[in-house]
Amino acid sequence: MSDAGVPTVLLSPRDVASESAGARAALIAVALGFLTLFLVLPLAIVFSEAFSRGVAAYLTALLDSDARAAIALTLTVAAIVVPLNATFGVAAAWAIAKFDFVGKNLLITLIDLPLSVSPVVAGLVFVLAFGAQGVLWPWAAAHGLHVIFALPGIAMATVFVTFPFVARELIPLMQQLGSAEEEAALTLGATGWKAFVTVTLPNVKWALLYGVLLCNARAMGEFGAVSVVSGHIRGLTNTIPLQVEILYNEYDIVAAFTLASLLALLALVTLAFKTYLEWRFVGAARRRGAG
Amino acid sequence: MTLSIAGAAFKKPSALPGFAPTLGFTLFYLSLIVLLPLGALVAKASGLGLGGLRAVAVEPRVLAALKTSFGAALAAASIDVVFGAIVAWTLTRYRFPGRRLVDALVDLPFALPTAVAGISLAALYAPNGWLGAPLAALGVKIAFTRWGILVALTFVGLPFVVRTVQPLIEELDRELEEASATLGASRLRTLARIALPPLVPGLLAGLALAFARGVGEYGSVIFIAGNVAYVSEIAPLVIVVKLEEYDYVGATGVAAIMLGVSFLMLLAINLLHAWSRRGLGHV
Repeated sequence: MSDAGVPTVLLSPRDVASESAGARAALIAVALGFLTLFLVLPLAIVFSEAFSRGVAAYLTALLDSDARAAIALTLTVAAIVVPLNATFGVAAAWAIAKFDFVGKNLLITLIDLPLSVSPVVAGLVFVLAFGAQGVLWPWAAAHGLHVIFALPGIAMATVFVTFPFVARELIPLMQQLGSAEEEAALTLGATGWKAFVTVTLPNVKWALLYGVLLCNARAMGEFGAVSVVSGHIRGLTNTIPLQVEILYNEYDIVAAFTLASLLALLALVTLAFKTYLEWRFVGAARRRGAG
Repeated sequence: MTLSIAGAAFKKPSALPGFAPTLGFTLFYLSLIVLLPLGALVAKASGLGLGGLRAVAVEPRVLAALKTSFGAALAAASIDVVFGAIVAWTLTRYRFPGRRLVDALVDLPFALPTAVAGISLAALYAPNGWLGAPLAALGVKIAFTRWGILVALTFVGLPFVVRTVQPLIEELDRELEEASATLGASRLRTLARIALPPLVPGLLAGLALAFARGVGEYGSVIFIAGNVAYVSEIAPLVIVVKLEEYDYVGATGVAAIMLGVSFLMLLAINLLHAWSRRGLGHV
């Protein structure tokens, strides 16, 4: 993907292993047209609608008390979920990338499993476990623990949905890097922990950071799973995406898109960071790996 | 280590420490967050028995929703394969201004929350929207119909196809294409006979990934779909409706059916990935 040395001109027409200039132009037009229709316009309309009544209306919607409660809850959920899944991701990547054991591929598949489960099903399993008819309901009730329609349920469903994000970024990179550097550190007298902190972590820090960002973006934006467990109690159990839904269904379009614009901005920052990392590190590593 | 005797077969020896704690934590966390909750669903569903599951599946409203979800997801994934392949080819083979920006934008459906995608697509295709108004003038209605579902699922599935095929296009051997051209094959024939075959497993994997995601998709669809029972209602929405009616048995049944499909898709995707890697000679 990286092509720092290639000038941005169309390939020479004499190149037999390429399409004619006309075909190239047509394919580029089709690709860009499709992407404009499906990606650019949906992104543009978020900000266009959010600011359709001016900056004052935007700020009013943003400072509304239910909106602020939703933002606070979303930040709280992310603060719980992201460290948990980051810790898991690092531990799983160490076990999988540094060791060979039976059932490793099955383990990798199971880690990816939440990605193929419908978010609604993800929410449902926690309702079934902790809801009024659930197997864990007597236990939770005995301990005065409110899970469903409360913060713990929202956090659990979000942990499930964002489960593999950090692990998925770290595992392939750490597999590619191998164990030679850590082994050298051990022979020089470092403890395992020190080898991890001084050798492994600096090698994978950008992938870790990107995994954390991705996990964070999904945690803040999760809708289906959270919608099932939250109970939609205004100012109490509504995250930003749920508040967006309520506002939209009440035809408060400006306010809905105002809150949506926060999430869209988060998505853009995440993408920009990913592009930067790819350009700066992954492209270079891939070239090294291929060479 | 206490593992050493049994571990001789279980794990290859390694100089690095930390295997037992990291794997232990991984398995514990995986069980707690993923396997136990899903297991509880499977246990509850198996309590219904096969007959019970069948009874839920053939309920007319459920059946209609399952058909809508699977049909729309397959149609959207097919659209994604066609246009995703063109996008991936264009981004990999051609150089044009703004290519990097476009390449970054392809991941937008991964990063943009589904509810945000849902309301913006609905606003875009509503009868008074940027695209909905000109389409309405032509007598075409997208938002609040089944076509809306197709639009939303196409949006959601696109990056799965592009990102699966792109690395395969990068690794294509262009010398084979040159050889084919010097032997007199037209460009179209070269593309069909030389370039396309190694991409087929990747395209199928992309199709399966986009399909799997589309079947379970909820947030981006419900705003644009209209959600009319029997017509434009998706399966995840039926689960939500059944939960709101306290019909836990019905919700569990639909969820179990969808979970079964997820497992099958995951298996298919893994096999396709393995095939695609073998085809390129990487093993």
